[in-house]
Amino acid sequence: MASAELTPDAARRPLAGRRLRVGDLSLQLVAGTAAALATVLVGLIAWKVIDGARPALSHYGLGFVTRIAWNPDSRHELYGAGSFLFGTAVTSLLALLIAAPLALGIALYLTELAPRFLRAPVTALVETLAAIPSVVIGFWGILVLGPALRDHVEPALHSALGFIPLFGTPSQTGSSIFTAIIVLAIMILPIVSSISRELFLGVPRELKEGALALGTTRWEMVRGVVFPYARGGIVAALILGLGRAIGEAIAVTQVIGGGVFIHWNLFDGGDTLGSKIAASYQGATTKLQLGSLIYLALVLLVFSLVINAAAQWIVRRVARRQGTGLNRGGVG
Amino acid sequence: MSSHGISPAELRAVNLPRRKAVNRLMEGLATVAALIAVTILGIVIWSVAKRGAGALDLNLVTRAPVPFAFGPVKQGLANAFAGSLVLVGLATLMALPIGILVAVYLTEFAPPSIRNVVSLALDVLNGVPAIVIGIFVFGLIVIAHGQSGYAGAFALACLMLPLVARSTMEVLLLVPSSLREASLALGVPRWRTTLSIVLPQTVGGIVTGTVLAVARIAGETAPLLFVSSLAGTKTSWDPGHALQSIPVAIFELSESPDPQDHARAWAAALVLLLFILFASLGGRWLATRSRRRLSTSR
Repeated sequence: MASAELTPDAARRPLAGRRLRVGDLSLQLVAGTAAALATVLVGLIAWKVIDGARPALSHYGLGFVTRIAWNPDSRHELYGAGSFLFGTAVTSLLALLIAAPLALGIALYLTELAPRFLRAPVTALVETLAAIPSVVIGFWGILVLGPALRDHVEPALHSALGFIPLFGTPSQTGSSIFTAIIVLAIMILPIVSSISRELFLGVPRELKEGALALGTTRWEMVRGVVFPYARGGIVAALILGLGRAIGEAIAVTQVIGGGVFIHWNLFDGGDTLGSKIAASYQGATTKLQLGSLIYLALVLLVFSLVINAAAQWIVRRVARRQGTGLNRGGVG
Repeated sequence: MSSHGISPAELRAVNLPRRKAVNRLMEGLATVAALIAVTILGIVIWSVAKRGAGALDLNLVTRAPVPFAFGPVKQGLANAFAGSLVLVGLATLMALPIGILVAVYLTEFAPPSIRNVVSLALDVLNGVPAIVIGIFVFGLIVIAHGQSGYAGAFALACLMLPLVARSTMEVLLLVPSSLREASLALGVPRWRTTLSIVLPQTVGGIVTGTVLAVARIAGETAPLLFVSSLAGTKTSWDPGHALQSIPVAIFELSESPDPQDHARAWAAALVLLLFILFASLGGRWLATRSRRRLSTSR
């Protein structure tokens, strides 16, 4: 080794020392900046929404959240989120109540019951339901679903179960909280069912076969093995569906009918946080009204963040449990 | 054993015919649930197709709407089609490079702590309701500069970014690490390994992810309502002003009492639906194909 250039170390130094680092650094810098931008964007969203809501925030404080009022009349101007919160809770919870058993049934059918050649196409069809834009579902809700519910379902429910205040006088137009609930149920159905389907697919085969070998029927196997194994994930899927229902604005505003009051008649109109915001897109007349609208968006943002955080937390906990203790993760 | 389990005593106590009947009932209910979902899809698509096909003609794409039209006037939604093209195209131009870079950073460079923070941010962004994104862009841009196509595209890009980043990350993680190691062992620097060895492997996956994301945002109304909705009826390609879009047009026409407006909305809904179904089914097909290729090449 007379000349230093021949040692691998020295041969690389002129190149490796400068140029390579520069390339690595710049790609890392550019990509890192993009990642930082994406992260900052989240903070920016929160800050801008809080900033926009400031007129209403400073004027009303937290009392806004529970007050039932939306009166743009300049002499008695008064706003509050109470009735919209109520509408959001009623529509999304009842939509989940309708969608959850159906979604679990679909997932069971697709993983346990359907003949093999039907599984892929039916799965694709159910997921196609998730791809339909909300404005199209809402439009369909106004012109097809709403009138159908008004003419056939609402009178039937009213005459059979009218003693329950939920099923009051049927609506005139077809636009009602009930229609909104059905529309939301249709929209969250594919979300919950596709997550549940993946969860059920993840249940270890030995556990299922073990149960069947003990002489259980298929349903007993599902109840004793599949459901307990996927329990945490199912809860997370339901919460994600709920989050979707809470955040949906367009389809709901198209079919819910509007109104600022709390009542128990599902066949009457109402509004959710999202639908009220969407319905007011053509403009606000005062600063306070605009601030109040954005305050609604802030309440909605906080709710959906909490919901999503809960779902994420459960997903991570379940993943950790199943990752470490796959063997005991079963029939507990 | 918790309440979910079935004890042997229970198994013995319940007689077999009853257990079989319960089983059959539950199997039947699950099948009915699947039937209901497929039926709903069928009804929605059938309603849109039946009403949309009748009103579907070239006028829809070539002619702009006529304001205050009386009687049968030949009019279409050319402004909405042009606007949607511009909005979705611009949104893709904004979200695609940033989304890919975020994914590259997270999979190739970031230390675990930063990776957790950024992917949490992406999850949060994905969970923000679309209408809140609209309000955000309204506060960020529209209050100061008025509605514009740029603002609308930015709002759509906010929805698209987490989708693109997530799907790109998924395919980047599928690239076998032996490929990276081989390239690095040959003395190829990290950045060239990433750009010319790793990324080309994922082009299929990125295209798929982008197609699915485009299918998703093309139908979004909520982020555009406050940001790019007060557009005239003239057909415009200039994102400097508010642009009409297909979803917003359907939304506005759906509130109209005029059956002629409904007919145009059905036709626009049919076109939008066909585009989205085609794109998302095609995207899904591409996804399974590229994933299979990547995992067999391992």
